[in-house]
Amino acid sequence: MADVDVLIVGAGPAGLAAATSARRVGATVRVLEAFDESGGQFWRHLPATRPAGNEPRLHHQWQRYQQFRSAVDADPALTLDVGAHVWAIEHRDDAVRVNVVCGDVDGTGRRRESVTANSLILATGAHDRALPVPGWTLPGVVTAGAAQAMAKGERIAIGDRVVIAGAGPFLFPVTESLRLAGSTVVGVYEAAGFRRLARHWLARPWELRSATTKMTELAGYFGTHLRGRIPYRPGWGVVAINGTDRVESATVARLDEQWRPVAGTERTVQCDAVCLGHGFTPRLELAIAAGCGLSRDRFVTVDDGQRTSVPSVFAAGEITGIGGVDLALAEGEIAGWVAAGGAPTDSQLVAAVRARAVFSRFARRIADAHRIGSGWTDWLEPSTMVCRCEEVDYGTLLAVRRDTESVGLRSLKLTTRAGLGLCQGRICGRSVECILATDGAGFADGASSDRRPIAAPIRLGELSRPPNFVDDDDQSTTTSERKSV
Amino acid sequence: MRIVVVGAGIVGAACARALTGAGFDVTVLERGAVAGGTSSSCEGNLLVSDKTPGPELDLAVLASTRWPQVAVELKDQLGDTFPSIEYEPKGGIVVAYSSAGADALLTFAETQRQAGVRARTITPEEGLELEPHLDPQIAAAVHYPDDAQVQPTIAVEALLASARKAGASVRTGERVVGALRDASGDRIVGVHTDHADHAADAVVNAAGPWAGEVAALLGAPVPVLPRFGMVLVTPRMSHRVFHKVYDADYVGATQSGDADLQTSAVVESTAAGTVLIGSSRQRVGFDDRLDVRVIAQIAAKAIALFPFLEQTQVMRTFGGFRPYMPDHLPVIGPDHRVAGLYHVTGHEGAGIGLSVVSADILLAQLTQSAAPLDPTPFALNRATLAPHLNDAA
Amino acid sequence: MSARAVPPARDPIRPHPAAAVEIEFEGRTYRGVLGQSIAGILLANNVIDWRTTSSNHAPRGLFCGIGVCFDCVVAVDGVPDIRACQRRARGGEHVERQHFSLPSTSQER
Repeated sequence: MADVDVLIVGAGPAGLAAATSARRVGATVRVLEAFDESGGQFWRHLPATRPAGNEPRLHHQWQRYQQFRSAVDADPALTLDVGAHVWAIEHRDDAVRVNVVCGDVDGTGRRRESVTANSLILATGAHDRALPVPGWTLPGVVTAGAAQAMAKGERIAIGDRVVIAGAGPFLFPVTESLRLAGSTVVGVYEAAGFRRLARHWLARPWELRSATTKMTELAGYFGTHLRGRIPYRPGWGVVAINGTDRVESATVARLDEQWRPVAGTERTVQCDAVCLGHGFTPRLELAIAAGCGLSRDRFVTVDDGQRTSVPSVFAAGEITGIGGVDLALAEGEIAGWVAAGGAPTDSQLVAAVRARAVFSRFARRIADAHRIGSGWTDWLEPSTMVCRCEEVDYGTLLAVRRDTESVGLRSLKLTTRAGLGLCQGRICGRSVECILATDGAGFADGASSDRRPIAAPIRLGELSRPPNFVDDDDQSTTTSERKSV
Repeated sequence: MRIVVVGAGIVGAACARALTGAGFDVTVLERGAVAGGTSSSCEGNLLVSDKTPGPELDLAVLASTRWPQVAVELKDQLGDTFPSIEYEPKGGIVVAYSSAGADALLTFAETQRQAGVRARTITPEEGLELEPHLDPQIAAAVHYPDDAQVQPTIAVEALLASARKAGASVRTGERVVGALRDASGDRIVGVHTDHADHAADAVVNAAGPWAGEVAALLGAPVPVLPRFGMVLVTPRMSHRVFHKVYDADYVGATQSGDADLQTSAVVESTAAGTVLIGSSRQRVGFDDRLDVRVIAQIAAKAIALFPFLEQTQVMRTFGGFRPYMPDHLPVIGPDHRVAGLYHVTGHEGAGIGLSVVSADILLAQLTQSAAPLDPTPFALNRATLAPHLNDAA
Repeated sequence: MSARAVPPARDPIRPHPAAAVEIEFEGRTYRGVLGQSIAGILLANNVIDWRTTSSNHAPRGLFCGIGVCFDCVVAVDGVPDIRACQRRARGGEHVERQHFSLPSTSQER
């Protein structure tokens, strides 16, 4: 007997949309969110202990989020557990078992749970892809998402004079958030060149007509740039970050179509913080643990009902393709409906299905325009750190591959230590694979940096106690909070 | 003389190195990547402490003198820029926390001493001096100075790099699908892969837990089976574990053939600053999916040994398949049913340690010279294996 | 000055007043407000590094801000490996920099 009809991992836009949608069909729903607030990254906000008088100022579609919160508050058959960390998924005997530890992030003495459901929806989102750059380990270098999280979640400006570099439209809302936090954005450097941007953003203009929310949003950002006289430089990138113990300046250069720096175009920009955001990497570890098949592009493959290759497991949001909030909301709604027993062809889903089609095309446009160019490794120096956790530099990666002639990712990782640190390859994995794959042939062992059977750290003490074990002198600082937010 | 070695794990790599060192023309065939199997899913143990007196212990004692030589040889051959195999003669400490466990441990240690192993019975106080973070309620402890560790994946890569320098060819992504036989059918004259035919004067099956599958494909079945084990890895921490430390239950686990889950605590640091925590033994075929129940048991036993682990995180886990023979002894030597075919496999949980001496024995057999150790106990045609062998096809 | 908090009085989103909290780090007390993470309090006080790496002994602080990079880990009240960007301060925490040297081998001891 399953513990709940529909279990959802992730309370970002996709997970929230799935939850309310599943409820409309009549299923019991439980949402597990690792952070102590819902909303994911898109709706990262000030916490309840320190609310804002004008929170919507920082957000888009804030009303939508408020609707989700009200639905959760009002509905006893919809439980949203924050501080619920899914650390492992077991897939055996055709059953999927979700292992959770409840309490503070990286807490101790937290309570373990082992949950089954009739349907599981994975909405675990994505994180920033930051390509290694010489000097990127200096304090003051953060991801674009970090600048957002700090600005929206804590009202912290990560710097006074900030350089933003990377690829993709996400650089715009980051600029906006930093501006609203009082920072001076000295420049936004988009690796995709003007010609490439025009080719993809202006193609098939009839598609853009239906994506009106997105176009309005973008127009708003352009306005920000013009008003603030913030330079936006397509076809440029940060190729080095300079400073002794912290960021003091960034070296920017023009990039060619393959993102190779063009010699002689380097300039120094004075700044005290650099935000890097070269796109996003989907958080696939739970989907992989559940046995879900992946596409060649390394996203979870789903059908028209958001079903994965594993019966009773669904996926929605960034893990099926980087598509932003509108696509996540549409996919979430469909996943929730179908997971709860509805059909993808039901009339109630017509709007969501149309939205999914529109915003999938939009997502493809973005992917084409801002795809990472193969020449980015040209800006690396032998001493550039590639694996931040284990401090493995570019020169070491190349030397080990040369000296061992290895074509196995697993062996290369274990020999270089790249990807073996605390972040388990989340930050460096894709970049390490780019660097080590021999001429794009892939690896002979079929290993991937996305596979992590332990998806979140758990203390041995917590692991050693059976699920639902409650200490007499309970050491856990917070038990899982049934959040009515 | 041309040799084909099937399998680029620790045993295949050690064999390739030993054979090229003696002038053979060696081709290593690996269906995946080098060190892609058990060799990259283990702790890199080089132990004498866990072995019952007998041929395997004799092999291990010999290995404990051979490995430091190999480590120096590899360093000299490959230079300082090649990653270190992290050979560390750290020593092992086995601890018992019950009086029954203590009796068993001390009796066992005495038999090992008689077989030539350095096994020092130490007091609980000495134990805590050597390992200050152990649970202090020690009933008995034995120190084995000759236990050591290597980083197993790097060891494989180093052995093969050394073999390549001496002229070995290593072909990855190439899978053996059958044997090439001579006209009589009684002699193997090479192998047939999914890429090519490779003629050889001798074929060495070093495919670890998959040696049974390879043997069958070559028409000479060998009953190697996998025994799955998991290891937990912690984040880097301050150095608190100085030897390989395990509870006396471990010895029982290595010797038993039970199908059920068996766990016992094995804890050691690595040169990288992490702590490896094992161990488990299960017969689940080649299923390496995570089983939380197993790692939960390992965690509980490890905490009983080192209480500080209660607050330590599990950063990642990995699992590997130990290749074992039904009589729990490796096979090293010729296949009596098929001339030219050799098997070096079935080392169970001791493959890393025993690899180099197994390779030395194989070399002696191929050159018909004196082996460093009597290879008779490891022969495929030994009495204890007979009931499990089918005739060669 | 680089990292800092947006002054509440000038903040367009008009945050409500919140209770003050203090944490201790490397012999100094840092003030923040309830709801801030440990990383947030440190950054608000222009402390931008709070960890030292093991091989190169290099300073690290915030990187991804969303709990995936583990660059920002600190020890809190004696418990190691806590992501400072995800752990909200309750007040009174003793926060320590982590700096683990790699183990010396037995031959060197």
